[in-house]
Amino acid sequence: MATAQQTLERGAVSGALPFHQRWTKSTLKFIKRYPLGAVGAFFVIVLVAMAAVPQVFTPMETQDPLKQSILTRLEGPSASNWLGTDDLGRDVWARIVYGARTSIIIGFGTVIVAKTLSTAIGTVSGYYSGWFDTVFQRVIDIGAALPGLVFLILAVTVLAPRMPDVLFIQSDILAIILAVSVLNAVNSSRTVRSVALSLREEQYVDAARSLGATNMRIMTKHIVPNLFSIVLVSASLLVGSSVLLESSLSFLGYGVQPPSPSWGRMLNEAREFLTRAPHLAIFPGLLIFLTVWSFNMLGDALRDKLDPRLRGSN
Amino acid sequence: MQKYLIRRLVLMIPTLLGVTFLVFVMLRSMPGDVTTNLLGDYGAASPELRQAILKDFGLDEAVPIQYVKWLGDIARLDFGTSFFSGRSVNTELQSRLVVTTQLGVMALVINLALGIPIGILSAVRQNSWFDNAGRTLAISLLAAPNFWIALLLITMAGRYFKWGVPSTSYVGFFDDPIRNLKFTIVPAIILGASGSGTIMRFTRTAMLEVMRQDYIRTAWSKGLRERVVVVRHALRNALIPVVTVIGLFIPAIIGGSVIIESIYSIPGVGRYYFSSIRQLDLPVVQAVNLLGAVVVVFANLAVDLAYSFLNPRIRYS
Repeated sequence: MATAQQTLERGAVSGALPFHQRWTKSTLKFIKRYPLGAVGAFFVIVLVAMAAVPQVFTPMETQDPLKQSILTRLEGPSASNWLGTDDLGRDVWARIVYGARTSIIIGFGTVIVAKTLSTAIGTVSGYYSGWFDTVFQRVIDIGAALPGLVFLILAVTVLAPRMPDVLFIQSDILAIILAVSVLNAVNSSRTVRSVALSLREEQYVDAARSLGATNMRIMTKHIVPNLFSIVLVSASLLVGSSVLLESSLSFLGYGVQPPSPSWGRMLNEAREFLTRAPHLAIFPGLLIFLTVWSFNMLGDALRDKLDPRLRGSN
Repeated sequence: MQKYLIRRLVLMIPTLLGVTFLVFVMLRSMPGDVTTNLLGDYGAASPELRQAILKDFGLDEAVPIQYVKWLGDIARLDFGTSFFSGRSVNTELQSRLVVTTQLGVMALVINLALGIPIGILSAVRQNSWFDNAGRTLAISLLAAPNFWIALLLITMAGRYFKWGVPSTSYVGFFDDPIRNLKFTIVPAIILGASGSGTIMRFTRTAMLEVMRQDYIRTAWSKGLRERVVVVRHALRNALIPVVTVIGLFIPAIIGGSVIIESIYSIPGVGRYYFSSIRQLDLPVVQAVNLLGAVVVVFANLAVDLAYSFLNPRIRYS
């Protein structure tokens, strides 16, 4: 109901405007209302661009993430190496830019896998609530009892050698995506389930059923679309936390393996040179921080926008 | 209530069986085995020796049989023998558990001591400069990886304030409390602070919600002092949702201690786990995962019980 009304209102205000103007207008409105969310969105766009076309961000020939130069190792920031060089003389800025790809793939990959899984499990579990639900709640109990990072280290160690390289995604990155996703999906399917349980009792579901709609149709056409906003909000927060988890795993040496640059592993490598080259410890961490911060800010703004009940509470 | 408690405790058994079985099977599906690390090149040279070691560790049997045997040992609270040191896992873990528990408790106390008061003040003075600063801090703490903060502290504090990681080795709390605290306080602060952002935000949201309630208005109109209204009327109710987050924070502390212990060379369970998984010291990995799961399961139960204790409207049956 609310959405229909909103569409009406929006149509009344800006329906006459051509598409691009309407788009500009709503973007400006979003920026004005959620300035921090807009800053977050801006960084997210920059990060995605870095992941897609890293060459654009590293114009100089010194800036090659894998090119070693032993003569200029552990140097501080300079004109040719904007953020200095690491212990093998590789350019830190280039490694950070190319590392964005790793983080973005893991962040979005986790969201796609985890949210598909948790929506499917939660919907079926909540809608049927029969033996499937009973069995699944016990499985979910197991998932909820797993000791987070401790289990993830194990899962990634076991999975990584067994994964294939899919397209441009390395097997170890795939292992991280899978492990983090399953763990998250199992836990977040609870929220989806509880919402699905209440949606099942809605009148429009009864109406659909009395019109002869199949269970499959009711779930895909009536329940899942109504779950969209809660899934979207938790998705944007999940990007941040999976980027954090990846960097923690890589920092411990269990995550992304060479040669793909990873911010977490860069920080691990920096540990040996803390006194000689502190710049190595600063910038990769700053990027992790900015990435997580941006996705969280965007998630907060989206939550406020999509869920009017929470507006202004956080 | 009693019935509920018994039901929950009984349900823990299949859950923990599930966790341990999962870990057990995963460990045994890993490529390579403990002999690769123990024997090095000799393993390839002498398959008989390798077989003898596998037999010695009971790794030559079928996985389900190994699992049942292991369960039998666990039932007698015997975690087995470390493949690497040859000592019993119980003794290996005992001293390390003390260290990690101390770190975890300190982190939890710091976490709450930072998170709850800032959250309350933020809510009571909504949209003031303090609120804005507090929220910025909370968001920053959520986004900054704890190992990055630790590295920055080590580099920056060492460079500008002549303060570094104590060069002495770790001393137990009961041997020399002061030296021990000098060693553990910074790691505990990092571990505690990095999770306190969540608590701050939760406390603030919960307080804001409660402060709008009718009974708070009644309390104000009775002319009660702000402190009484905030602490006695609002806080007690606002803490209910916060308790759940504390429960969620327990696994985060366990995970965080793996990282922090490895950075600060603290001889706790986390660091031991870290090296054991490298060496495929299966009994240790299994024991730590089981202990972790037990802590998480009991933390969840404690949260639910605290929930009903704090909110009399919730009664389990």
